[in-house]
Amino acid sequence: MSTPTSTTTSMPATGTLTQTVLLTGRQARQGMRIPVFMVMNLLQPMIWLLLFGQLFRSVIEIPGFAGGADVTYLEYLTPGVVMMTAMGGAAWAGTTFVQDMDRGVMDRFLASPTSRGALLGATMAWYALLACAQALVVVGVAWVGGARFPGGWPGIAVMLVAVALLSCLFAALSGAVALLTRQQEALIGVSQLLTIPLMFLSSAVMDPSLAPDWIATAARFNPFDWAVVVAREALQGFADPGAVWLHLGLLAAAVAAMAGLATLAFRAYRRAI
Amino acid sequence: MSTTPNGSAPAIDASIDVRGLTKTYRSPGRRGREVRALAGLDLAAAPGTVLGLLGPNGAGKSTTVKILATLSRPDAGSARVAGHDVTRDPAAVRRAIGYVAQRPVTDPMGTGRENLVLAGRLQGLCARAARSRADELLERFGVAHAADRLVKTWSGGMARKLDVAVGLVHRPQVLFLDEPTTGLDPEARTAMWAEIERMAAGDGMTILLTTHYLDEADRLADRVVIVDAGRVVTSGTPDALKDELHGDGITVELEDGTAQAAARAAAAVPGVVDVVADGRTLRARAEAGATALPALLAALDAAGLDVRAAGLSRPTLDDVYLARTGRSLEEAHRAATPAGRDTDVEEVAA
Repeated sequence: MSTPTSTTTSMPATGTLTQTVLLTGRQARQGMRIPVFMVMNLLQPMIWLLLFGQLFRSVIEIPGFAGGADVTYLEYLTPGVVMMTAMGGAAWAGTTFVQDMDRGVMDRFLASPTSRGALLGATMAWYALLACAQALVVVGVAWVGGARFPGGWPGIAVMLVAVALLSCLFAALSGAVALLTRQQEALIGVSQLLTIPLMFLSSAVMDPSLAPDWIATAARFNPFDWAVVVAREALQGFADPGAVWLHLGLLAAAVAAMAGLATLAFRAYRRAI
Repeated sequence: MSTTPNGSAPAIDASIDVRGLTKTYRSPGRRGREVRALAGLDLAAAPGTVLGLLGPNGAGKSTTVKILATLSRPDAGSARVAGHDVTRDPAAVRRAIGYVAQRPVTDPMGTGRENLVLAGRLQGLCARAARSRADELLERFGVAHAADRLVKTWSGGMARKLDVAVGLVHRPQVLFLDEPTTGLDPEARTAMWAEIERMAAGDGMTILLTTHYLDEADRLADRVVIVDAGRVVTSGTPDALKDELHGDGITVELEDGTAQAAARAAAAVPGVVDVVADGRTLRARAEAGATALPALLAALDAAGLDVRAAGLSRPTLDDVYLARTGRSLEEAHRAATPAGRDTDVEEVAA
């Protein structure tokens, strides 16, 4: 358009990546200022790990249980608990969006050159970082509890990639739900109604080959189980590298699809305001 | 003088140019009730001026600002801000504007300084420039002493100043202030007014200010546009609008709640027009107030009504609003605000 006036204060727009880093920093500052949330988030996996680890110790002796005599139940359970922590934390990621929408913060961002991708990316990045730190704590506690992981540091590194992908997937889902409903209550739905069934329709706490067929089938289509499979294979020393790459690929594709949907949810939010 | 002149003047160089804007919200429920927020709104603001958008809740003020700030899309009509079309080139508009929403635009879990620096960097300032600009604004708005405290601990007046500072961080060409003083105590409001006056005088920005306070529009705006039910009722400079109403305003405070009876008595007095009863207050207009007021007081006395106080005034913007819409702004505001909810839409039977 013919806009001679616009040149007076034109400035270089900050790139999406820089914006993502800046907004991730904001999320981190917010998070650090409410340490209770992070501690609570770690308390639950400790309970899973120590309680379930003891309670179901002998399921490993069931004939046909994955790994058999080579693996203790604590070793079997640890990747499951790592992923439960990641999924459970990221399910609340939309909270920031809800708070920003309750105030005028979201509207201010959307009326500025801030990209929607950066807003979403920052939420995904922060929850991925948080979940990776928590995963290391969970693995450390399991190690103290006697679990040993032949995969070593390479195994832990691959596990962290899966943790980050699973966190991004659920952070994007939670963000999309937040944008569509603008209600914190809806996030409780994501966290309670969705994540609990996903946990049990997987190999997180029990070998699905010993469960009814339909559970084993459901687990194959469950992104949470993909992440558990990657982490378990990686920690146990990459007996089946094909399964690791396949499930990492599936997770990455799911993250891309969900991030795309969440970006579309910004449009729905704009229509509603 | 009774016709609305806006829209006819071609505003080529105007910083804000709005024509025929309409917007209808459809609620997502089963009934799908339609709510019309804007019904063909025209506006124009010349560069470097303050345009006051005055009206009750539900008049369409916030909807207009949201469309101009590229948050919401109009159903029809056009809007250009700083030369850019808001629907065709929203990215250019976003670089040119500052937007201070009705709700707080700062992060309560961040400090004042963090809020300003982040806003500056998202707007494209480098780290050093964002930090020095933040210092400058903290100083200028008199909140430097609280700069490193979380905003959730700030007072309402201070937090609102920070909202405006955040909107200014990148030196925008056009600044939208959506009800900047609503909810502030009188002292904080006066401080905010002084700040807005300084901004308008010193920075050469175009400011669009929405308000339902008449004194605010009167004091701050170069031009006032009065809106009601998504339409412009009238527009002009505050003085020109008041001059359109010839004569004086008469206000009579009654001892007890009998303004209705008083209104009947007052309507019979020659030279007294536009009689409105509002609680214990009786408002009217008269071409020659000095002679009409004694006659009015005599009529009230004859009707057996006790008067606590009476006064004459030059017309106010409230009188303009009353004359144009048949109700006082405060009355319209109360009617449009059920149970204190801030809605900015006009209900239309579906």
